[in-house]
Amino acid sequence: MASSGKNAAGADWAPDAVERFARLSRTGWSARERKVGGISVTMRSLREVFAHREVLSLLIRRDLKARYKDSALGMFWVLVKPLVQLALYFVAIGLFLGASRGIPNFAIYIFTGLTIYGLFSEIVSGGTQSIVMNGGLIKKVYLPREIFPIASTGSALINSGIQFALLIVASILSGAFNYSTEALFIVPSVLIIIIYALALGILLSAVNVYLRDMQYLIEVFLMIFMWASPIIYSWGMVAKIIGPGVLLEVYTDNPITLAVLGMQRGFWHGTEVTAYPDMMLLRMGIALVVGLILLVVCQRAFNRLEGDFAQSL
Amino acid sequence: MAKKPVVAKIPQVVRVDNVSKKFTLRKDDSLKERIVTFGRRGRKFREEFWALDGVNFSIDAGTTIGLIGHNGSGKSTLLKIIGGIISPSGGRVETRGRIAALLELGAGFHPDLTGRENVYLNASLLGISRAETDRRFDEIVAFSGIGDFIDTQVKFYSSGMFVRLAFSVAIHAEPDILLVDEVLAVGDEAFQRQCLDKIREFQEQGRTIILVTHGLAHVTDFCDRVVLLDHGKLAFDGDPIEGVAKFRDLLEERRLETFSLSGIPDAEASYVHDVQIGSVQSGPGSTFTPGEDLRVALRLEHPDGIRDWNVRMSILNSQGVTAISANVKGLKVPRKALVGSHWVELIFPGAQLGVGTFNVYLALDSGQETLQILPRAGTLTVAPFMGAGGLVFTRPSVRVIAEK
Repeated sequence: MASSGKNAAGADWAPDAVERFARLSRTGWSARERKVGGISVTMRSLREVFAHREVLSLLIRRDLKARYKDSALGMFWVLVKPLVQLALYFVAIGLFLGASRGIPNFAIYIFTGLTIYGLFSEIVSGGTQSIVMNGGLIKKVYLPREIFPIASTGSALINSGIQFALLIVASILSGAFNYSTEALFIVPSVLIIIIYALALGILLSAVNVYLRDMQYLIEVFLMIFMWASPIIYSWGMVAKIIGPGVLLEVYTDNPITLAVLGMQRGFWHGTEVTAYPDMMLLRMGIALVVGLILLVVCQRAFNRLEGDFAQSL
Repeated sequence: MAKKPVVAKIPQVVRVDNVSKKFTLRKDDSLKERIVTFGRRGRKFREEFWALDGVNFSIDAGTTIGLIGHNGSGKSTLLKIIGGIISPSGGRVETRGRIAALLELGAGFHPDLTGRENVYLNASLLGISRAETDRRFDEIVAFSGIGDFIDTQVKFYSSGMFVRLAFSVAIHAEPDILLVDEVLAVGDEAFQRQCLDKIREFQEQGRTIILVTHGLAHVTDFCDRVVLLDHGKLAFDGDPIEGVAKFRDLLEERRLETFSLSGIPDAEASYVHDVQIGSVQSGPGSTFTPGEDLRVALRLEHPDGIRDWNVRMSILNSQGVTAISANVKGLKVPRKALVGSHWVELIFPGAQLGVGTFNVYLALDSGQETLQILPRAGTLTVAPFMGAGGLVFTRPSVRVIAEK
């Protein structure tokens, strides 16, 4: 029909239309098909997310703005939960159960662990819900779908940033900050947490579309993992009770445990009372590599699941 | 076709290559049920159906194409695959140029954010950079007619304001391909006209528009081409008027299948024993051509005879709009009591019926009492004819007059 030089009305095309056709003739094709394949598909998804970085930043801003839009205290609420947690644990576990006896500066100690674990749990639980929460958008607009768990990771990072700032100030004021190379442990700790949480967030966000139980199940696991890492008690206590062996290795090489320990080495000036496992740097390095592989695997699983999002939401 | 030199080489912008989409419906959607019905037993809780089955076509730039089909024919699914919102189970779709999808206006709007914030968010979802949005912002607000409300949270907007703002953002996205799904039905009449004007403008600018709609009038008014889907398969691809006619036939067929209420019941109490519908020229049951004499005849008989009888008849198109209606009583013709078997014949000379499939409704009265109603006494098909559309066909004479 339109293969001649005429438009539907039989007239010649307007100059801007002719210009458009010339431009489109030069434009490359983009394909929509099932995303199957190896690492190249992951790279393509990564490039697509990067191409949509402006949307990503707007989505993060939307999350943050919308969350506290009509509340009087606004962003202050971000700090309420961790501070209340801190107070409760400090009083109940530290004072009543006597856990603080072996750990000087107990408040800083707990707050360090709570801060990094808070980041982990916020990324994972926010990420898990991200696809379902943005269902309206996913059904109507094309965006690389990874953008939603990544955006919720972004807003979790910003929320945690406030808590981190408070932690740094408190750590320095109380004299607990470790002014030595030990402080560098903070960097791999934060990286480990972000990588593992993002990997889980991406995977679970897709699974949650098909199995809504996931968002409740994950809350339970987040509670378990919090107590399975030395946030409120110390690694030394665990080592003393279960003794060296496979069990201790498993406990220690849990990436969350490693990250919590790394954070404590930086923010909380340890004494001989609380020991750290040996070869921390090596363990963290391995955890990072494994985490990156896990991230790719989760993203691949996400790709496989994303094709049916629009009709399952 | 092209006698004049071709002024523009028209590129393809969409290629749909053997696209299929399978949906799996599950009846067990909680973890418990999944575990309980894990494995082979779970299979029976699964139901698969093909929403699209090996669809092939391509679209040239600057075409306005209407995707039509009955509910569940796969047209919205196809539109979503072209837009990248769902991925096909098999085959591939290729597109080029910027796509904007108006699948549901305001899909990306967040109720707690202001109109301004939502404009930026929605614009970026449609692929407009922040700088570009800054430049077009005033234009977007002006087109929407939102005015000072732009800094109010959109949850306080009326639904009309909401839709106007969303539409305004979408059309300022400068798409090469615009996907539209049933959104022309929203908004008041003034706004609808504004939208349709904009679509005409888009057509002139050589943008490609893919329209999914049940408003068949829109299809014949706007589209250069129609793709008709039936149960996920391509049933027709080509001229809009022909396509719409074909679609109406399909709809009529389905309707007759659903209501097995056939013409004449053979109960003893029946008054109407036979019905013939068709043109005088080509005989009953034939395809009708506009301008022929239409004949509707009933054979009436009853042991008791029929006194003070009256026949009422309507010919309705597939949308239920009456095209012709007749009432014998009103015609002031002699109506003697019918004893024995009689044919009552209604002839409409030179009936100018438009293209489509029509349903004939008949009713027989005696005095004030209705004896028998045949809601589907039969159908009449008017074949595509000289590019005619609409309810009535009249043949114009065309003159070309050079202006001095």
